[in-house]
Amino acid sequence: MRSEFCNALVGRSGNENVLFMTGDLGYMALEPLQEALGERFINAGVAEQNMISVAAALSRQGFEVWAYSIAPFCYARPFEQIRNDIAFNDLPVKLVGNGGGYAYGVMGPSHHAIEDYGVLLTLPNMRVYAPVFNEDISAVVNCLSSELRPSYLRLGRGEAPDGYVIPQYAAWRQLTYGDGIVIIAVGPLASTYIGAFEKLPKTQRPNLWAVAQMPISANPLPSELLSQISSAPALCVAEEHVKRGGFASELALYLAEGGKMPKQFRHHYALAHTYGTYGSQQFLRSLSALDEGTLLSTIAEFAPTSV
Amino acid sequence: MQARRRLLKMHFESGVGHIGGNLSSLDAIMVLLHEFVMEKDTFVLSKGHSAGALYTTLWSLGRLSDADLRTFHKDGTVLSGHTPVAALPGVPFATGSLGHGLSLAAGTALGFRFKQSSGTVFCLTSDGEWQEGSTWEAMIFASHHRLSNLKVFIDHNELQGFGKTATVASMSPLWDKIKGFNAHLQIVDGHNLDDIRRATNVETDSVSIIVLKTRKGHGISFMEDRMEWHYLPLSKQQYDEASAQLSIR
Repeated sequence: MRSEFCNALVGRSGNENVLFMTGDLGYMALEPLQEALGERFINAGVAEQNMISVAAALSRQGFEVWAYSIAPFCYARPFEQIRNDIAFNDLPVKLVGNGGGYAYGVMGPSHHAIEDYGVLLTLPNMRVYAPVFNEDISAVVNCLSSELRPSYLRLGRGEAPDGYVIPQYAAWRQLTYGDGIVIIAVGPLASTYIGAFEKLPKTQRPNLWAVAQMPISANPLPSELLSQISSAPALCVAEEHVKRGGFASELALYLAEGGKMPKQFRHHYALAHTYGTYGSQQFLRSLSALDEGTLLSTIAEFAPTSV
Repeated sequence: MQARRRLLKMHFESGVGHIGGNLSSLDAIMVLLHEFVMEKDTFVLSKGHSAGALYTTLWSLGRLSDADLRTFHKDGTVLSGHTPVAALPGVPFATGSLGHGLSLAAGTALGFRFKQSSGTVFCLTSDGEWQEGSTWEAMIFASHHRLSNLKVFIDHNELQGFGKTATVASMSPLWDKIKGFNAHLQIVDGHNLDDIRRATNVETDSVSIIVLKTRKGHGISFMEDRMEWHYLPLSKQQYDEASAQLSIR
């Protein structure tokens, strides 16, 4: 999604109000943006705390400020600066974390971002965008540009299977249709299930939904999804994020408070930063039971038994 | 002197400490806000625990009333112990966690440059605050971008929360470390108003650093250079004695 993101911002570079800050990242990726923005492209160096406070101060003056880094360096290192300087003041700084979840795979746990939106959504007024497909980025950048609140963009890699027609970007989208359980997946993870789910018979095929914006309080569930949850044998949430404080926690609370509890609830989530071995994003997803094979097992658990 | 008395009264009435660092910075805040910080400028109080000195100065400017100051630190007040969020005109950021203000000031100065504004950013830090890594990140940034519209004041009272800066995490002398940056450095008596004025008036082509040599608890004999007045509130007897000392002066 990074190149799409770069292209989308290049498209906005004619706006003199746009400022872009990076924590010394973007080599072999953001050069076109650097060229397009000139002095409004600010490499703040390896100093993320300062970058975030500077971004807050620039935003306070009305600039449209984007602050970019590898995801954990963008939200974990400077968390207090995000909290005190951006969120307390409700400033519409756009935090951009490249490589959400396990995207940096074998690079090691320092580069994994599996508690990003959980911690950020504890802050007042924070908005999170986790686009599903690379093709979403243009629309998401437009959303963020007009966002009046602090926001965080979790970039990853989301590729649809060949021949799949990607629905137009929205906070909530249904990606597969069937008579099976309901599955909600956060961000690009959703795109990894489409191919396998499409091959299932309709009786087992889940109604797969992708959520791309949080919190739920600002992006309530569509009525169609609520209706499916009430009638389905189970609701399953898959997210490349730790269990505590993730999307499923908020969803469970939302459903409980609304008296709309599903019949059964399953949660697939990122297990930990500290496996003894490392590998690709796909490898780490498998260790966390986020791979399509494990999801298929969950679907089979609730499949109608043949007579 | 009137502001010093009002500061003490406010802290006494509210039973609030942090008096020492307020008294060491009050002279500079008064000079800056009364004589230098205009409408187009910004003042960032990085040492947010000197909020009392800032509120007292705003009172002396007529921007806060006696009734406002009586709410200091009380339930329902906007005058919190460290500067509040978006509650007071001219107080752009809620500070109190040390190490944020210089970055906020540098970002504001850079924004002024982008806007081609002639505004100046004034930032007051503590000396203990220079133990924060983020302050040095900000110093690198301000120096690199040659933010000549940024004037940074260091309330160098040599005492911090739990000891002397020289014995807790010494950088003494702090200015030797700053000299290596692309900055204009001045060291002045932080209680000599003319010295503060002269240093502030110096035009520079890079970020201006003005070390204010100050005394914690300045003006009250039993507080001066004593660490405990970083935190302690005044008893009635101490308040009466301090008031008497200020009246004699």
